[in-house]
Amino acid sequence: MQADNDFATDAELSSRIVTPGSAITSDPMYMRGHGTFTENDTIYSSVSGVVERINKLVSVRSLKQRYSGEVGDIVVGRITEVGSKRWRVDVNSRQDGVLMLSSINLPGGILRRKSESDELQMRTFFAEGDLVFAEVQLNTPAGLSLHTRSIQYGKLRNGQLVTVFPQLVPRSRNHFHSLPCGVDVVIGVNGYIWVSKQVPASKVEENAELIYSDKNDSISDHEREAIARVANCISLLNRLYVKITDASIMYAYEESLHHLVKDLLTKRVAVDLAHSVKSRLAQQS
Amino acid sequence: MSRQELLSPEGLRVDGRRPNELRRISCRASVLSSADGSSYYEQGNTKVLVAVYGPREPRQRNPALATEQAQINVEFNVAPFSTSERRRRSKGDKRLLEVAAFVRQTFEGAVQRSVYQRSQIDIYIHLLQNDGGTLEACVNAATLALVDAGISMVDYVCACTAGFVEETPVLDLCGVEEAAVETPDLTVAIMPRNGSIALLQMESRLHVSKLDDVMDLAIEGCKHIHTKLDNAVLAAANDLAEKLSH
Repeated sequence: MQADNDFATDAELSSRIVTPGSAITSDPMYMRGHGTFTENDTIYSSVSGVVERINKLVSVRSLKQRYSGEVGDIVVGRITEVGSKRWRVDVNSRQDGVLMLSSINLPGGILRRKSESDELQMRTFFAEGDLVFAEVQLNTPAGLSLHTRSIQYGKLRNGQLVTVFPQLVPRSRNHFHSLPCGVDVVIGVNGYIWVSKQVPASKVEENAELIYSDKNDSISDHEREAIARVANCISLLNRLYVKITDASIMYAYEESLHHLVKDLLTKRVAVDLAHSVKSRLAQQS
Repeated sequence: MSRQELLSPEGLRVDGRRPNELRRISCRASVLSSADGSSYYEQGNTKVLVAVYGPREPRQRNPALATEQAQINVEFNVAPFSTSERRRRSKGDKRLLEVAAFVRQTFEGAVQRSVYQRSQIDIYIHLLQNDGGTLEACVNAATLALVDAGISMVDYVCACTAGFVEETPVLDLCGVEEAAVETPDLTVAIMPRNGSIALLQMESRLHVSKLDDVMDLAIEGCKHIHTKLDNAVLAAANDLAEKLSH
């Protein structure tokens, strides 16, 4: 099949919306990237999304897709299985991630080889259903390999999980934010966001023994309300399909202060709030 | 019982359509928030809801199945209220399993399964109202939901039925036409880009000399459905792109 001649002009190649099976270019100078395939020397799109061109590489970025990991990504995951010397972690991806026993920190930050006794008490570190804050170490066809070798990574507690579209979370230098409203958020690149009570950084190091604790600290009603408000604001940003960063969360939080937390996601308030958050974001950009 | 007239002397069918007319189609992507991809599809009075989950970790980790290609699972569910007579169907109903198997085989050819190694794609189809053309509606709705989930596909898969009534090929049979014993009922699914056939199914007898006409009509219908689906996908993509650009 001969493709039409009029689509290959350079300007049209990028930021054009395509659907599966539509021809992108038949110019032999281009290489195919993600979201495309070739047939009879023509590059076709295999997903619906936006065409992106970097030098000679043409790819299609899908607007809605599962998370696909990259090395160095900060993710939040849930332990699904405890195996021999490893945990399986649901990271909202194509496959479960793997967290090896050798790639976690021991309580108290002791540095040593993991022994057989550590293997036997793996559930005291992470059990099924626990949430972990980790970094992607390797990306293999068998799945993502994670590690928690840093003082800030490890088990998550004192808060609640919010799930958003993964493509709304931009990769940035920092994914752990202590918001001025007294709430900590961990924005996982995989679309899992942990909203929790603020713990001062000095106290984290003090409590190195407690990194695998299952018990919540005492959380006051005031803190609970702040956590719930931030969580609802993130859900709202997700519905609006707005990029989720510490800045956008704070805008939504500030705009939401006129309303009760429990009303934030009701249709009437959400529409109202969406409008003010959007205009606020438009002002900034 | 008197035999119902399926084609009037004026050349109109029981629901007032001409032989080469499709029923009204309306469809929407992204109707469910918890699924990776979803769609709602109406063709006349046949209404289908599809949810796609995946590619995700395979449920049973069978080494024999841990292949270089994604597994596709299809579950087909018929609501008890989908027909005029209320009837609950068991999950093991052979008719339902058969439809699910057809849909699975169709998409095994269209989805780029080697892109998603060691994972599984689940397609859940719910038939909410049945007025003929179940299989075509399921295939079209599943295509829309898979595209919505951002799963790599070689092309859309568009399905359409055609039958043969009183020496005339008719497009897109409705429930009454389908139920008539003597109507042959052919379902074709094509990939419109190169016109290759992804699914071809007929359970009744039709003279071979008539087959070409009926096939051509069905393929013509598939092409119309392709533009409908493409418009729905473009609308959804434009909507998301616009929201993201803020």
